[in-house]
Amino acid sequence: MKLGLVSTTVLIAALSGTTVSAETLRLLTWGGYAPEEVIAMFEAETGHTVEVTTSNNEEMIAKLRATNGGGFDLAQPSQDRIASAQEEFGIYKPIDMTRVDAAQFIPSMLSATAENTTFDGEVFGLPHVWGTSGLVVNTAEAGQVVDYTDLCDASVAGNVSYRLKRPTLIGFGYAMGLDPFAAYADLDAYQEILNQVEETLTACKPNVKTYWDGGDEIKNLLRSGEVVAAMAWDTGGWQLNADNADITFVAPAAGALGWIDTFVLPARGRADDAAYDWINFVMRPDIAAMITNTAGNFTAAVGGDEGVSADLKARYQASFDQAAIDNIKWYPPVPAGLEAMEGATLDRINAAN
Amino acid sequence: MRSDQSKLGFYLLLSPLLLWLVTLIILPHMGLFAVSISEKVGVREYETGFGNYAVFFNEPLYWRTFARTAIMSIMTTVLTLLLGFPIAYYIAKLMRGRAKTTLFLMCLIPFWVSELVRTFGWMILLRETGVLSNFLQFTGVIDGPVEFLYNDAAIMVGLVYTSILFMIVPLVTTLDSLDDSLIEAGYDLGGSGFSILREIVIPHAMPGIVSGCIVVFMLSLGNYLTPILLGGKDSLWFTGLIYTQFITRFNWELGSAFGFLLLALSSTIVFLGLKLSRQSLTNTMGR
Repeated sequence: MKLGLVSTTVLIAALSGTTVSAETLRLLTWGGYAPEEVIAMFEAETGHTVEVTTSNNEEMIAKLRATNGGGFDLAQPSQDRIASAQEEFGIYKPIDMTRVDAAQFIPSMLSATAENTTFDGEVFGLPHVWGTSGLVVNTAEAGQVVDYTDLCDASVAGNVSYRLKRPTLIGFGYAMGLDPFAAYADLDAYQEILNQVEETLTACKPNVKTYWDGGDEIKNLLRSGEVVAAMAWDTGGWQLNADNADITFVAPAAGALGWIDTFVLPARGRADDAAYDWINFVMRPDIAAMITNTAGNFTAAVGGDEGVSADLKARYQASFDQAAIDNIKWYPPVPAGLEAMEGATLDRINAAN
Repeated sequence: MRSDQSKLGFYLLLSPLLLWLVTLIILPHMGLFAVSISEKVGVREYETGFGNYAVFFNEPLYWRTFARTAIMSIMTTVLTLLLGFPIAYYIAKLMRGRAKTTLFLMCLIPFWVSELVRTFGWMILLRETGVLSNFLQFTGVIDGPVEFLYNDAAIMVGLVYTSILFMIVPLVTTLDSLDDSLIEAGYDLGGSGFSILREIVIPHAMPGIVSGCIVVFMLSLGNYLTPILLGGKDSLWFTGLIYTQFITRFNWELGSAFGFLLLALSSTIVFLGLKLSRQSLTNTMGR
């Protein structure tokens, strides 16, 4: 009994001793954004521990909404989905810029993200990783596919895949000569665009092998040759390019769709110190390069591209010339309510025969 | 004193059941219902009403998916019964001793891995570059690769495979309890194989058939993974609609209403099934 008391006291002392400086960072992020080796370096340097949960935009918001912004200390949704989610559900807390080493961020991306993630005069997001959606094409078999609408061409019938999600609607809109982003503010005009895109995608359905859902699924379909052209992320195309030189990412003629994944603080996060430490840590040029090498996408860190492998740089340059970079359509913030309209359209496309 | 103690024991035994019922079933459903009757009118503004249910009835897409899910689940149930009954009869009546246990165990083995793994197994078999397509090309039955995945038949195969065990187990149990001498007596009285099946075996196995059907129907109706993964672009399943409402559309209100409609649908169909087969719930589930 006495022994029990003593050991309990020691245990409590030991526990309380460690909690003063070190925290557990519960990170809600995308696959590849928190490589094992980066976590190990961070834990060794700061004493914090990191628990990673990988997810996607919608699930991140849904998870945080379910807990009113609890359960995680740092999340990484895309910059266009932050202001509306904050407006609707109030799941984030503002970024304290005094605790962020702003000099590590590329200034233009920092200010663009700040502008897009401002709600009620406060900034909620910091840029981290950016990339694009466009076409991943097996150039040996489907070199003629250069734009989103080419996926509906008879020459690739049955060997095409894309996601049934909002980027597809927007990409096809641009390829059809429309301007979805300009119509964000005018819901009637946007509905008109959605109607036209719905018609095209419904007509295109027989061409599609399946609507893909996860990054690994589309990579498998392309690798096995069952799919020869798809709308997908640039990084998937470059990863496949390493295995099969014929497959690569093609920036579509209508413009690749550019996204920036951010750092946001969930409203009821408990480890802000660890969160800011993590942000400042991963934005260092050398760490940013490690993340780029695993995730395949470039970061908003100043000098972060210097340590990136030459192969990845070469693939990036092969996909994007200066004109293609200038033609990237960056996602503006999604107004609240737009997703419901898109959802109805996507449901109808899914149900069409 | 003694009766106090037994009362205490009664309440202690009752409490886990009550806790489970109240915290995991009744409370979440009350919450779900409360969400389903709140209509969104603006940002962070909600009104109470049945608008979400009206959306379901006004949009043909939703109730068509609903009907499709119900019909395909019923077909799955019938197919599973047709496949499961001979298997169960063979195990229960024609096998003895160790062979019987082994066969029963072999039905169980696939269920030691998760449903996800089993579904991926089917994807490997059925996909265009998969085992079946390659085998048929190898034997010269077909010339080029054929895609077996991403259609309704693939969904049916997956659903039957996932749920057949839940048909076999209750059937084996009820068929086991059928005295062999009754079948012999049937033959002695000049009955044919078919008339014995119809007059003796099936009436005796009815509770097992009905409880198996209820479980299989519920599992198919509420399945999410199999229809989505095997159905691909044609995978319209009601649970998938609920998922998209909750996760990708952030529309919990409509999703909750859909959830309640699914509950009502499954209850109605089970009730009708019991009425048609003239079985009672106590008779089928209580044995």
